[in-house]
Amino acid sequence: MKDAPTVQEHAFEEPWHAQVFALTVHLNEAGHFEWSDWAERFGATLKRHGLAKELNGGADYFAAWLETLEGFLAERELAAPGDVAALRAAWEAAYRATPHGAPVTLADA
Amino acid sequence: MGWGSLPFMPHDHSHDDPHALLPSDPALRVKALETLLTRKGLIDPAALDEIIDTYENKIGPRNGARVVARAWSDPDFHAALMADATAVVSEMGFYGRQGEHMVAVENRPEVHNIVVCTLCSCYPWPLLGIPPGWYKSDAYRARAVREPRKVLADFGVVLPDETAVRVWDSTAEIRYLVIPQRPDGTEGMNEDALMDLISRDSMIGTALAGTP
Repeated sequence: MKDAPTVQEHAFEEPWHAQVFALTVHLNEAGHFEWSDWAERFGATLKRHGLAKELNGGADYFAAWLETLEGFLAERELAAPGDVAALRAAWEAAYRATPHGAPVTLADA
Repeated sequence: MGWGSLPFMPHDHSHDDPHALLPSDPALRVKALETLLTRKGLIDPAALDEIIDTYENKIGPRNGARVVARAWSDPDFHAALMADATAVVSEMGFYGRQGEHMVAVENRPEVHNIVVCTLCSCYPWPLLGIPPGWYKSDAYRARAVREPRKVLADFGVVLPDETAVRVWDSTAEIRYLVIPQRPDGTEGMNEDALMDLISRDSMIGTALAGTP
């Protein structure tokens, strides 16, 4: 909070922040959960993370957001942790196997 | 937004690298979620792009500034806004996608309003866009309630002693918009000109409106 910004900045610092935000908003709008339930869970994650260190509102904030969403979707049986981990590994493998500059696509799994 | 371009990724790798730049761990986890939910038919990737485009390019503090400038200019609009902000801003096309209620709180010589979300980061998205990093920080969320005058001073806002500070804690259901005081010397200015004096921070309460 040292430097209060006076100019308009990017809405999201990193593409994945935008992506996880949009994913959550979309799931809410599609009726998979109430926003108040989400906010309560997210608030609890922030509180827990905030005990260990002072959160900066940037990367810390979206790390807590992602962790909350993963837990939330697992609980509601919308995205099983094992499936998510397998796809994460598949994406990593795809990046490693793709020549620099070429589009990265996931082989059908 | 394409995942092919990652403008904020550190670009310190050698160009002899055989493979594509590996995204960060959280970026890969988000991609995994997105792939899984798409395959299950629970989400539409095009809708994600539309949401991102909206929040990056279409929604921002200009929406809120339009509301404030009109409230300064039109007494009937002002009265309606203070009575039922949700209805008034919805009519202008600025409605909460999460179904939240909007409440306008007005700064006066006797009281200055400041908005925080102590739970997480509830914020009037349709009027102000995505909140700035400091609004989401632990420092602001804790201190705005405990020592609002000191927080305001950090933002360069020093209020007369006789001005009370009122802190509004946003929730998932209620979001607040601060109507800053109209500055002196703005008589006769039209809404568009007034909008340039109304910053995002002035509508959170951590700044005053600018002067012409």
